[in-house]
Amino acid sequence: MSTLVKPPAVQPHVVEAAPTTLSVRQLAAAVPGALRGLDPRALWDSPVMFVVEVGAAFTTVLAVAAPSAFAWSITVWLWLTVVFATLAESVAEGRGKAQAASLRATQRETTARKVVGGDDTVQVASSTLAVGDVVIVVAGETIPGDGDVIEGVASVDESAITGESAPVIRESGGDRSAVTGGTVVLSDRIVVRITAPAGHTFVDRMIALVEGSERQKTPNEVALNVLLTSLTIVFLLAVVTLQPFAVYSGAPQTLVVLVALLVCLIPTTIDALLSAIGIAGMDRLVRRNVLAMSGRAVEAAGDVDVLLLDKTGTITLGNRQAADLLPAAGVDAEALADAAQLSSMADETPEGRSVLVLVKERFALRERHDLVGAELVPFAARTRMSGVDLPAPGGHPTRIVRKGAAAAVTQWVRSTGGHAGDDVAATVDAISASGGTPLVVAEQLGDEPARVLGVIHLKDVVKDGMRERFDALRAMGIRTVMVTGDNPLTARAIGAEAGVDDVLAEATPEDKLALIRREQEGGRLVAMAGDGTNDAPALAQADVGVAMNTGTTAAKEAGNMVDLDSNPTKLLEIVEIGKQLLITRGALTTFSVANDVAKYFAILPAMFVVAFPQLGVLNVMHLTSPESAILSAVVFNALVIVGLLPLALRGVRYRPSSASALLRRNLLVYGLGGVIAPFVGIKLIDLIVTALGIS
Amino acid sequence: MSATWIAVGQIGIVVLVLAAAHKPLGDHLFRTMTATKHLRVERLGYRAMRVDPDAEQRWSTYLLSVLGFSLASVLVLFGLARLQDKLPLDIGMSPMDPAGSWNAAVSFVTNTNWQWFSGEAAAGHLLQMAGFAVQNFLSAAVGIAVVSALARGVSRSGTDGRVGNFWADLVRSTVRVLLPLAFVVAVVLVAGGVIQNLHAHTEITTLAGQTQSVLGGPVASQEAIKELGTNGGGFFNANSAHPFENPTPWTNALEVVLLLVIPFSMPRMFGQMVGDRRQGWSILAAMSTLWIAAVGLLTWAEMAGPGLVPTAAGGAMEGKEVRFGEAASALFAASTTMTSTGAVNSMHDSLTAQGGGVALVGMLLGEVSPGGVGSGLYGMVVLIVVAVFLAGLMVGRTPEYLGKKIGQREITLVALAVLTMPAVVLIGSAIAVVTPAGLAGQLQGGPHGLTEIVYAFASAGNNNGSAFGGLTSGTPFYNTLLGLAMLVGRFVPIALVLALAGRFASQKRVPEGAGTLPTHTPLFVGLLVTVTLVVVGLTFVPVLSLGPVVESLS
Repeated sequence: MSTLVKPPAVQPHVVEAAPTTLSVRQLAAAVPGALRGLDPRALWDSPVMFVVEVGAAFTTVLAVAAPSAFAWSITVWLWLTVVFATLAESVAEGRGKAQAASLRATQRETTARKVVGGDDTVQVASSTLAVGDVVIVVAGETIPGDGDVIEGVASVDESAITGESAPVIRESGGDRSAVTGGTVVLSDRIVVRITAPAGHTFVDRMIALVEGSERQKTPNEVALNVLLTSLTIVFLLAVVTLQPFAVYSGAPQTLVVLVALLVCLIPTTIDALLSAIGIAGMDRLVRRNVLAMSGRAVEAAGDVDVLLLDKTGTITLGNRQAADLLPAAGVDAEALADAAQLSSMADETPEGRSVLVLVKERFALRERHDLVGAELVPFAARTRMSGVDLPAPGGHPTRIVRKGAAAAVTQWVRSTGGHAGDDVAATVDAISASGGTPLVVAEQLGDEPARVLGVIHLKDVVKDGMRERFDALRAMGIRTVMVTGDNPLTARAIGAEAGVDDVLAEATPEDKLALIRREQEGGRLVAMAGDGTNDAPALAQADVGVAMNTGTTAAKEAGNMVDLDSNPTKLLEIVEIGKQLLITRGALTTFSVANDVAKYFAILPAMFVVAFPQLGVLNVMHLTSPESAILSAVVFNALVIVGLLPLALRGVRYRPSSASALLRRNLLVYGLGGVIAPFVGIKLIDLIVTALGIS
Repeated sequence: MSATWIAVGQIGIVVLVLAAAHKPLGDHLFRTMTATKHLRVERLGYRAMRVDPDAEQRWSTYLLSVLGFSLASVLVLFGLARLQDKLPLDIGMSPMDPAGSWNAAVSFVTNTNWQWFSGEAAAGHLLQMAGFAVQNFLSAAVGIAVVSALARGVSRSGTDGRVGNFWADLVRSTVRVLLPLAFVVAVVLVAGGVIQNLHAHTEITTLAGQTQSVLGGPVASQEAIKELGTNGGGFFNANSAHPFENPTPWTNALEVVLLLVIPFSMPRMFGQMVGDRRQGWSILAAMSTLWIAAVGLLTWAEMAGPGLVPTAAGGAMEGKEVRFGEAASALFAASTTMTSTGAVNSMHDSLTAQGGGVALVGMLLGEVSPGGVGSGLYGMVVLIVVAVFLAGLMVGRTPEYLGKKIGQREITLVALAVLTMPAVVLIGSAIAVVTPAGLAGQLQGGPHGLTEIVYAFASAGNNNGSAFGGLTSGTPFYNTLLGLAMLVGRFVPIALVLALAGRFASQKRVPEGAGTLPTHTPLFVGLLVTVTLVVVGLTFVPVLSLGPVVESLS
């Protein structure tokens, strides 16, 4: 292990906060994609933009037939509206392209040593490997495909996928047997059975995901599309029937004006940004090193009602830690600390090290270098104690210090003729009852009976900030259930400390599965994280199953998301991203519809003021002329797409709070804001249009 | 000043009576529509119709029953109108022409009660009683049935889309709610001076010494259900402006209450049926807000509205019944157009431009505030789903209403339901303004003439039935087209609402949590009112701006 080579120069993919502004370069890079998007077949999927494109084509014909500055200006801005929409999608996709490129670098064709019966191997191209093939990979070689280690153990550099430069151990059997194609073996030799055919590996899926090429509309997106389509039909009806009414009223309209009115009314803003929002949502997950196998899963994350969280590693730090020292009656706290430190010198477990940390912090006891001749007694299963035997300098009696489970130490003390006091027994019981683990410390000087110095309180330490996060989740209406193998007493104690809503103690994988099923029966959506093979059924059953990248292939295939950082706490962020995705869509839809109010005030008086001068009072923005009014509305309608693109990519601000509070805020910002903003925007554009003398 | 106080007082009395009545009536409706036992008279009905009232129907079967029943009703009414001279009690009326018979039949079956004819000049007593009056009951009962099916769909979960039994719903709502109420009301109306007899024309000598032919008839019995069932088809052409239908100011106030009382009680029933009364309250609040606003605006427009003549006369009295005055007329006009009743006690053509605009918008809101019997509530639920969809996204969850998720299927049904009425009104009016046959019916050209035509299609498409007046609609062109508008405006939404009920009934229920968007808060009521106004506003603003808006700015 000490001869680890530095990982090769594969660019770890960048994990950073999403940029909040768009660079000119980003926009320029997206232009070719935007122009390709103008293909009507590509636009067919977004009915609103399709209508705009048809309208733009129509006005082009009209402008050619009867050229005027007004007709051409409208035509140009209608085309720009479509281009801005396709540009939005292209920009969103572009952000995934860089990541895809670095992933592709891992996909270079390699040769694999395929086992063909017995010890014989043949060199084959990695692309020809089929599921079930067995290959041998040694240090320095690239693993040719996704698979499970069936023999050996090796350190593997997975930085190409996870961005984490420290190598990881992959070994046969157990929960760390999955390897990913394109990662590099740094040491030793492993035998791998291929589990995914070439072209369908994990990296292939990642590339497809970050590029957005496999993107399918999510259920809510489809539903929203239905609403947008029906709004388009309503406005199409309103505009098409307006001409008969206008003719009747003696104010027939030009077709250019009618197309302009239609485009301003239909919900172009949200439709233009809809796919960008979806792609950006996936992108936000990827930036947090989470791969969602489908947009549906991300959306489901926003709907989650119950979170199943493993205790160890998610809610608590991985191991129990010394939290307190409780001296026995008549014993000095410092003496206990000293003995606790001595007894832990030989204890290499995290618990043992945590005792050293505690005494250092509390009693400023430094590491000892004066233990000449001391004999360290490591933890033995037979005695269930660890400690140290100190020689007797200067005729002092020998000092034996021991630390261990209460029963074991008490027995040892008795065997020397000593006895543990009642107060110690009470302390031990109290710690047990609180869900902690008591470790008793005792010492024996010479041949005297041993005496108990006190108790070390070991407990699960809840990670910082967990309570706040659970409170936030509760405010969002999400219930958290802590899952642990601990006994109910311990489980409840830790659960209470962490602030979870419920605990599932002494949980077996079957219990987990049953709990998920029960919640789902009640109509609730469940999310969980897991890594082991025996988590797979539960991961598959959960609505949102986040598999850890360190986990088994079975777990990764059962879940619908993979966390490359293997951090179960990520579940909370996933839920927030899912919600943010939906909120962004809803907010921009509301904004888009609210905009129509101002557009009516701009366009309707402009259309009919000649026939009915009294309608001039509705020109509340005092726009210069009918032409400038209509053009300004069209220009605003186009520019607002670009203006809102950064928001669509970033997602609207989301802070966990109750549904009512969220609704109030978003209605105020995007509903009321959506009514007011275009009044200002259209007026400003009208001033510019007038100054430029375009109409 | 005193006129203002009278106006406020009248509105106050109506509101108080409605506030007192909606709870017991809503509870009674709830008990009726969820009852498990049958009355003996109901059993007889079921046996006669050969139906099993306890057999739960899937939404599609329920819909077929509604459509089949309505088709049969149209045929019967069409026959009665065509053959009335050959049937008893014809009091000398001649048969209606085919287009007119079709229009009349569709009109009464769809709860619209648009009358291209004058009751006293075209309909004999048998057609009035066995035809129109019967449909006044049954079309209202169909509305209650459909909204009950929707409420059941919401309250059930995991079924295969079963939403109740149409025949049981139809019979129960008629026998237990409409008939008893109408009976009591008819007696009260008779006491108030409304006539009830089977007289034909009577020659009388007026004070001036001239002779006049006065028609009698079973008016009170028809008047009661005309208002209660939000039907609106008057026995007389003058409708509730006729002294035999509406003799005194207090019968006038009573009639306003009657046409509002069942629609305003529906939310209570709905809240109980879905197991959450607060939901009923919030719907009631949204309906009341819109209704009060319309009443306020219309009253203001008629009493203090701008215009030379109203200012000089102290109010816009043209076309108003002097017995009631403009305040009572405004209250009646706002209530009748917002309940899909369509009865009138004044001529809407003579309302001020603003007042006429309010009446027109009242209908264009889709008759949801409070709307027709049953239809107002299911129309409102459709709008709630739209509001919930927008709002649900904004709180970061898949939108849901009362535990039912609003997915692609649901929003498609709702979107089509919302689309239907504007399509009917806009296309119908557009055809009328560009065809000679359509323009021929106008009394006036210009913006007011446009309003006349749009009003007619708004009235038909929303199953209101009130006439702006002015427009001569008894032509084959209008009879056919408006008949189509009524049919589509009634049954397409019913079909979509029942399909929605079926979807809801088969869905699992999502439990409510802190992340669920609450639909019973003032915030949501505000949102719902806004969505209602915005949906109609955005659709109809262009045409309204050429009609009432231009006119009122003149």
